[in-house]
Amino acid sequence: MKATINPHSNNIDTEDNKPVIVIEHLHKRFGYKKVLNDFNLIVERNKNVVVLGKSGSGKSVLIKCIIGLLKPDSGNINVFGDNIPKLGEDELDQARAKIGFLFQSNALYDSMTIRENLEFPLKRHWVEIADDEVNRLVAESLENVGLAHTSGLMPSELSGGMLKRIALARTMILKPEVILYDEPTTGLDPVTSREIEDLIIALQKKYHTSSIIISHDMNCVKRTADVVVLLLDGKCYAQGSFEELQLSEDQNIKQFFE
Amino acid sequence: MSLILSTKKFLDETGNMARFVGRFFSAGIRPRYENKELLNQCFIIGYQSFPLVGLTSFIMGLVLTMQLRPSLVDYGVESQLPVMVGLAIVREIGPVITALIFAGKIGSSIGAELGSMKVTEQIDAMEVSGIKPFKYLVATRVLAATLMLPILTILGDAVALFGAYLGVNIKSVTSFSLFFLQVFKSLSYSDVLPAIFKTFFFGFAVGLVGCYKGFNSNKGTQGVGISANSAVVLSSVLIFIIDLLAVQLTEVLGLN
Ligand SMILES: Nc1ncnc2c1ncn2[C@@H]1O[C@H](COP(=O)(O)OP(=O)(O)OP(=O)(O)O)[C@@H](O)[C@H]1O
Ligand SMILES: [Mg+2]
Repeated sequence: MKATINPHSNNIDTEDNKPVIVIEHLHKRFGYKKVLNDFNLIVERNKNVVVLGKSGSGKSVLIKCIIGLLKPDSGNINVFGDNIPKLGEDELDQARAKIGFLFQSNALYDSMTIRENLEFPLKRHWVEIADDEVNRLVAESLENVGLAHTSGLMPSELSGGMLKRIALARTMILKPEVILYDEPTTGLDPVTSREIEDLIIALQKKYHTSSIIISHDMNCVKRTADVVVLLLDGKCYAQGSFEELQLSEDQNIKQFFE
Repeated sequence: MSLILSTKKFLDETGNMARFVGRFFSAGIRPRYENKELLNQCFIIGYQSFPLVGLTSFIMGLVLTMQLRPSLVDYGVESQLPVMVGLAIVREIGPVITALIFAGKIGSSIGAELGSMKVTEQIDAMEVSGIKPFKYLVATRVLAATLMLPILTILGDAVALFGAYLGVNIKSVTSFSLFFLQVFKSLSYSDVLPAIFKTFFFGFAVGLVGCYKGFNSNKGTQGVGISANSAVVLSSVLIFIIDLLAVQLTEVLGLN
């Protein structure tokens, strides 16, 4: 299988309001527990959608369905026109090349150096990629997160904040058009959180990506969100700008903003 | 009631494992092959296990000889000691001991490695970046275990025979060449080949069970420990079951 995308194509037409992700009637249950129950969402190009929700409300399940790690029981997830749950293995691989995923736990390969971690996804998606091109991309992505000096280290030698940045660099190295962030700032101190938020915003500007960000850190939400979505009882309970939701009188919404 | 439940659990597990084997074959056969990772795993699984296999085989050969001698002396056939020991090592004890040591070392390390990769979402991360974990992690390890155990067994047998040679020399004096001449003269192909052949299956079982347990590890550090542990237990039991089947089969085929 050969990927059809080109790492240099930053000439994405900046036609706003065009949806890149359309989720319709998504259902997912584990045993008797309905985690997603008729969830709907539209993500427009160049927009950051932040998903709010209590712990265990199914936020991670939602974005794992989008990338195809979990199969929903029913519903459609259109990403650039591909209906993810219906794709075959190879088509799913093609579609995933356009989607970046930042894991809640970073999920860096702990038996590999930072450099190998970054090279790993590269060597797969573009089979024909030349060595000096690999070097260039690795250097560029490490530079983006300001950790050029760590390339020879092992993940166990880095701090939590640094690991998050490396994970971000690995996510960005394929130049995805859509990025799914699973709690990018949880567990980090406020200063480091701010740095990660700045990075997310900067990379967003640089590469014109759209994203779904999962968070319950209100500072992060406020700074990064174009649209805020509240996930409650498996549904999209409320949707609007940060200010709109902040002013809401609804008890369920209010509790997040206190 | 609990009997029904545990029977159901056993059948579920067997079914899942059968599906796992199916996925191994379908993923392993389709290109692209992860040759570099396969070589890397052969190095880790084969080469790095040799010191341990060598040491245990050596001691086993030596001790076996020392234990057998008194009975043979009683029957007045002490001169047959090399033949007895050689047959025992090559036909049965060498392959089984090597496989059990292998299960303890490799089965647990594969189970723990894949288990912790599973719980820290590293396997998901591979999947997301377009690498088939089944190809990259499972197929390479199972294949490496299948190919390396027979080689380790042959080397282990050789070391064990050397241990036996020293064992013989503790109480009587035999020359190196005479000892091995005696051993090899008593061995036929039907002693050696089935014994080596079955170790491919031992290796396959160890690799597969390790990967299966790791892949299906539960969340948390406890889950990883349980996978590693049950990988060793199950693959050790499987080694004996395969051994039993192998001896039946050679009997039926008249290879004795
Ligand atoms: N693989 C799975 N098997 C069974 N249940 C699962 C699985 N994955 C998630 N769940 C359940 O689905 C629910 C939602 O989990 P999820 O991880 O999406 O929560 P979350 O909103 O991301 O919470 P957090 O903020 O703590 O990360 C939980 O109750 C969890 O127990
Ligand atoms: Mg989560």
